[in-house]
Amino acid sequence: MTLHIGQSARRENARRHLAGRGRFVSDLTLPRMLHAVFVRSPMARGRILEIDTSEASACPGVVRIFTAPELNVRCTPWVGTLGHFAGMQSPPMNILAEEEVLWTGHPVAMILARSRAEAEDAAELVMLDIEDAEPVTDGAAALRPGAPLANPAARDNLCYEAVLETADVDAAFVGAAHVVETSMTFGRHTAVTLEPRAVIADFDASSGALTVHHGTQTPYQFQDVYARHFGLSEGKVRVIAPDVGGSFGMKLHVYNEEMGAVAASLILGRPVRYVADRLESFLSDIHARDHIVKGRMALDADGTILAMEVDDLTQVGAVSAYPRTSAAEGNQVIRLMGAPYRMPDYRGRLSVAFQNKVQTSQYRAVGHPIACAVTEALVERAAEATELDPFEIRARNLIADDAYPHVSATGYQFEKLSHQACLAKLHEMMDPEALRAEHASLRKQGIHRGFGIASFVEITNPGAAFYGVGGARISAQDGAVVRMMPSGDIHCAISVTEQGQGTETIIAQVVADQLGVTPERVSVTTGDTATTPSGGATWACRGAGIGGETALRAGRRLRDRILTLAGALVQADPASLRLENGAVVDGSGAARITLEEIGRIATYRPDTLPDGIDHSLTVAHHFAPTGYPFDFTNGIQGSLVEVDVETGLVRILKHWIVEDCGRIINPLLVDEQIRGGVVQGLGPAFFEECQYDADGQLTNGSLADYLVPMACEMPDIEIAHIETPTGDTILGAKGVGEAGTAAAGAAAMNAVNDALRPFGARLTQTPMTPLRILDALDAAREERTDP
Amino acid sequence: MKHLLSTTVNGEQVQEAVSPRTSLADFLREDMGLTGTHLGCEMGACGACLVLMDGAPVHACLVLAVQAEGCTVETIEGLTETGAAADLQARFHDRNALQCGYCTNGMLMSAQALLAANPDPSRDEIRDALSGNYCRCTGYEAIVDAIAATASDRAGRSETKTEAAQ
Repeated sequence: MTLHIGQSARRENARRHLAGRGRFVSDLTLPRMLHAVFVRSPMARGRILEIDTSEASACPGVVRIFTAPELNVRCTPWVGTLGHFAGMQSPPMNILAEEEVLWTGHPVAMILARSRAEAEDAAELVMLDIEDAEPVTDGAAALRPGAPLANPAARDNLCYEAVLETADVDAAFVGAAHVVETSMTFGRHTAVTLEPRAVIADFDASSGALTVHHGTQTPYQFQDVYARHFGLSEGKVRVIAPDVGGSFGMKLHVYNEEMGAVAASLILGRPVRYVADRLESFLSDIHARDHIVKGRMALDADGTILAMEVDDLTQVGAVSAYPRTSAAEGNQVIRLMGAPYRMPDYRGRLSVAFQNKVQTSQYRAVGHPIACAVTEALVERAAEATELDPFEIRARNLIADDAYPHVSATGYQFEKLSHQACLAKLHEMMDPEALRAEHASLRKQGIHRGFGIASFVEITNPGAAFYGVGGARISAQDGAVVRMMPSGDIHCAISVTEQGQGTETIIAQVVADQLGVTPERVSVTTGDTATTPSGGATWACRGAGIGGETALRAGRRLRDRILTLAGALVQADPASLRLENGAVVDGSGAARITLEEIGRIATYRPDTLPDGIDHSLTVAHHFAPTGYPFDFTNGIQGSLVEVDVETGLVRILKHWIVEDCGRIINPLLVDEQIRGGVVQGLGPAFFEECQYDADGQLTNGSLADYLVPMACEMPDIEIAHIETPTGDTILGAKGVGEAGTAAAGAAAMNAVNDALRPFGARLTQTPMTPLRILDALDAAREERTDP
Repeated sequence: MKHLLSTTVNGEQVQEAVSPRTSLADFLREDMGLTGTHLGCEMGACGACLVLMDGAPVHACLVLAVQAEGCTVETIEGLTETGAAADLQARFHDRNALQCGYCTNGMLMSAQALLAANPDPSRDEIRDALSGNYCRCTGYEAIVDAIAATASDRAGRSETKTEAAQ
């Protein structure tokens, strides 16, 4: 029988979207629903003297205007720290600013009206009197003694710091034949999901039940958050995440506005809808990255990496995000440095600074692009210093494919990776010798092309080590309920969620194979806390690996149940039977009874079954990862660019990736996860940046000013796979969603710098805008003429 | 003061009182319940709200509902019902040229307009035609593939028709 795991099944749920029948929260309308609009601080830092809502309250359609005293009392403040980040601080946060405004866009008042337009009309009439204070916009300055506080409720501007080091790191640098260094700056960017954040909170005072329709990846996390922070019992809180128009980590954080919608619904007893407009998305969705990193690498004479030392300063806003914190990104930056390499010694320092900007937190490939870009820029400089080819220096230093298990200098345990095989495959795909020859001849015509490569390690399938150990109520396990319907069709309700990556499709493929049916006979329900079992849902590349394994094990338990029942019905030893092509077959492969017939008897004629036999054709199973704390994946990417040295414009000509995510459940969907991820890595490498002025004003908060990657700028992306399944699970799947994002920017930066090498120019800042490229060329020219 | 709007939406005559400031997108989504037209930026940059007005793609967020007076408006729901883009939709499905589905309406509108104007576009021409359509999920390649495949299907069909006619 053909297995469906490994097949490029198409997504059934894509058909609804193609027909315009998506069901997004922003599409939903409920009876008596009110629309929420927030009045926001126009300045980055200040003290509220007065908020006058009298004129706004008289506007047509306005039902209620809340300021902090009326709204915040309904909600227990939240604090974005984790117990395992020792010494971390973050002041409490509540829905509306109470005395201090902490960033441009900080909500200070909430207007509820019959329509969004009427609420916006009223918002313009709210009079704010805020005494301006000097904002903290530079993280380095913020950490100097005596610096003004970004958040007056904090001890100082240091949110968190950490040092990670091996005993011999200093000796490694002293004894090194070569030491290469870099200082790099990584701009802020943001998720820009096409559907903005959207929530409808619906509190029914008669039953005490709160239903929240919420465009999120993590409904169970929000069920817990809403119950605890609003003093409701968990059983009275239902969170429904229907179709979600993109998330990428951004929609799993707690935001003032969603909490405001819930609080307002609790007070008013009516459904309250909040959908961010695009400017609000830029001013309130978490931002990502914002790092300044100094790094150096020690090598011996033949190019063997001996050690790395890095210092990462990351700037996170005026409070740490809740419940995952704004420190996890930096924590992963310093732990992923040098991860692909056999590097014995290391020191990583992390400083996380408060500042008066939108908070930063987890976004696709948390920390990975930073660690990868710094490591791979240093490897590139090391190749120059040792006069080695970029492929050769990596071949000398990558952890050998037969050297596992391996523990990295930062303490990560790698079960089994395939760096060498990936490098060899990439070499074959790119044919660097041919590229070099072509580039040399093009240079003579004034065309400057370059290529760059970047190896990476990705963290997937996290267990409780990520958040649970730090006290966060974020599930590391998932649950599935699999049942056979009277018709013999199968239904699976599972806690992992769908945002278009194909979760429901792969779950159907996995379950189908356990029960000997086609995936078309398996329907899957996700995204509703009332109809699916509790679990972690979809983040950190855990949907396929952990969710898939949960479905597999649940499916096998149902299979055993069906076979036991079938054994009684056909009077055979269940151990001699198996499920195939929708029927129970015996050792000879002959069909003995169909699933449909079993379903009919178990449902409509249980009286004909032998006494005492269990005819319940529903099983529940929960699975938590065991074995390694994470299942790491690996791969390598290559980028080919052409730089116009007159204008600074870059054409991205081609991108390659070789990726190893373990067992591939659906090649079509895996490749599309990779491609989307690559483009989300190339965006911030070349275009995307949340630009602030010295006063902490975001100056490009629209889709006309903030540049996102568009079709005409993106290359075709060639993909190859190595498959190294994890032994931690039966399924063997690891995650893949963040692999593309992890190293695309690093490869692209190495490619741009390869193109610029003859000019002596080098980019060390993202995004690599035309202006920055021209500045680098100018700086190199000045250095040549004025040494 | 509301204005009585008479227009044709997906082949149906519609008379509806609308505020002068109501955008065509809000009218379609809220008054007509046609939520397949999405709003991503409300400033004509992202392409999620594209609809066909008298056959040409327009940003429903930038057009006022009252401007549709006497026009024919076609949304993704209408295009689906008539089957006019069924082959394109099927190719998007085959190629997995969508993930979250929020940009898909606009992508289909741009693709339909491109293929009407240029039945045999190159990959670069397809990418250019999508320059006003933002997708955060796919990386675009699958969308380009799906449109290229549709162009080639349609060329094949028209060749067959021409041969039959000859």
